[in-house]
Amino acid sequence: MLLKKLTELNGVSGNENAVSNFILSEISKYADEITKDTLGNLIFYKKGKNPSGKTVGVFAHMDEVGLIATSITDDGYIKFSQVGGLDDRILLTQRVSVGDNAIKGIIGIKAVHLQTKDERKRVVKTEDMYIDIGAENKEEALKFVQKGDYISFDSGFVSLYGSRIKAKALDDRVGCAIMMDLIKNTYDEDIYFCFTVQEETGLRGASVLSRRLNPDISFVLESTTASDTAFSPKHLYSTSLGGGPVLTNMDRGAYSDKKLNEFVLGIAKENNIKYQYKLSANGGNDARALQTGASGSRVCSISLPCRYIHSPVCVADMEDFDSMKALIHNVLCKINTFSATEVK
Amino acid sequence: MELLKKLTQKSAVSGSEENIYEIIKSELDGCDVSINADNLSNIIVHKKGGGKKLMFSAHTDEIGIMANYIDDNGFVRFATVGGVDVYSSLYQRVVFQNGTVGTVCFENKTDIKKDLKIQNMYIDIGANSKEDALKLVKPGDTAAFEGDFCLRENTVVSKALDNRVGVYILINAIKALKASPFDLYFVFSSQEEIGLRGARTAAYNIEPDVAIAVDVTSSGDTPNCETLDIKLGLGAAIKIMDKSVICDKTVRDALENCAKENNIPYQFEILTFGGTDAGAMQTVKSGALTGAVSLPIRYVHTPCETANINDIKACINLISKFCAKDFIF
Repeated sequence: MLLKKLTELNGVSGNENAVSNFILSEISKYADEITKDTLGNLIFYKKGKNPSGKTVGVFAHMDEVGLIATSITDDGYIKFSQVGGLDDRILLTQRVSVGDNAIKGIIGIKAVHLQTKDERKRVVKTEDMYIDIGAENKEEALKFVQKGDYISFDSGFVSLYGSRIKAKALDDRVGCAIMMDLIKNTYDEDIYFCFTVQEETGLRGASVLSRRLNPDISFVLESTTASDTAFSPKHLYSTSLGGGPVLTNMDRGAYSDKKLNEFVLGIAKENNIKYQYKLSANGGNDARALQTGASGSRVCSISLPCRYIHSPVCVADMEDFDSMKALIHNVLCKINTFSATEVK
Repeated sequence: MELLKKLTQKSAVSGSEENIYEIIKSELDGCDVSINADNLSNIIVHKKGGGKKLMFSAHTDEIGIMANYIDDNGFVRFATVGGVDVYSSLYQRVVFQNGTVGTVCFENKTDIKKDLKIQNMYIDIGANSKEDALKLVKPGDTAAFEGDFCLRENTVVSKALDNRVGVYILINAIKALKASPFDLYFVFSSQEEIGLRGARTAAYNIEPDVAIAVDVTSSGDTPNCETLDIKLGLGAAIKIMDKSVICDKTVRDALENCAKENNIPYQFEILTFGGTDAGAMQTVKSGALTGAVSLPIRYVHTPCETANINDIKACINLISKFCAKDFIF
């Protein structure tokens, strides 16, 4: 399964090569033109049968949140920093994979018996944590690990009850997986399928891409927070698993083009595809960089609802995933007919 | 002032600026200019000329709210669009694009002195059920705050003076245009209140040599307020700096010389908070010489923004005179 393969690859921001090589090896044969830019963004250009002349881009980021080794202590432990936004509370006792050779380690903490009352109440901060790879001392550790090594969560793809699944890096291998499938089709419109880098560290790949492509229309395929969990009032759910792909009106970074959103909504209704709106205006993604990059783009994010996002145990629903793919496919089938009334 | 009334009373929350465009288009009917729109729904009015590119930007959007959830009893939960203060929005009325009016309320058990947040506020549109409410408002719909237009001698009070007054100033400056040594662009920009977005992409396309924002600024002439050396009635404010920009000295001087030469009342503006389109235009692409002409107002981002009509006239006069002669080099 493609999503399983993708989520089990490691690609912390700035180190997306494993993901990008996999994508290149799988889908190069479907593209009419392939560009890898200086930052490592991949652009697959696919010619259409009846293009409108507008520049249409579809974007998903290849990178995931993770950690990076900052130093090795004398007794052989690895100190680390976060790459992208992580919650200190989810890091303790996680299994991780360090460096290109995927050295196994765990994020350690003093056993409960040895903690003071005060220590048990406090959230342990990243700077007070360490990774234990089992090395006896610095010298031994340095044989396997060095400062600057990227560290990923060691967390496999697992099926849960029904159509629910758990994996790391659903944000945003979900978007990558969908694009890898869709590029096999030929649409009426010319489409640029773009796999971006360093979204989690500041939309950096998409920023430079916006200037290279200067798209009129940008679809951003993403994962987004679902908080349909115990103890949340309904109006703070943001999104819900099983509710279908998520349309965003506005988030902290971007304002979706109203006409483009209406167009997508129409396609969803026409094809009886379940959809939901994102209820919160928090968060942001590549749409921000694309909306205001270069001459500006009409943007529309279509996202998969995902619980426990930015953790090793993201939970999503494969029915939502299938609906999301179907929605985007149907949108791309008709996007050459989209026109926003211009002021003349 | 009829035009200013019409402009301020339209609802055009960021991202939904189209209501304003109709007015701009019809007002400029007959002017010798070309009018275009771009992907971000900026309206770009071009008066072709031979010289340097001079760009003005006045944003058309206003702050407001966006419905994002409707509960089973028909109450609307919302997000803010732009800098909306929770306390000033309490018990205000908002108007959705289709005319539906609602009141901004808070969950009764909330201690509003300590804990008033958007998350425990809602809008009551008088619906009895979710189904009933959805006929009037759906997620993604935006609403603006209500605030009548009142005129009292030289004082005008209204919602959305920020920044319909800038739009009003630019429309009048365009109408008054005579021969100009510049290649002139007047941009009615979108989405300023949520991050100077329209002006940024418009400037990318236009690549102006000189860029001037036309917007409102706060005043420091009310009881026991923050020290701010700006007063209503003292004329157009020539911006020196705000949080988004330090204006180019040559542009600032040129605006001052223009005001002096034409006996236009002016004051200088140093704002310790807030930003304008100037901040975006200055650093786009290879950059532009940037300045701003501001209209001082009281009670910014409330439904009772207050301004002085003579200041408005001074701004119009300053901009149209500035277009007529190259004060810069």
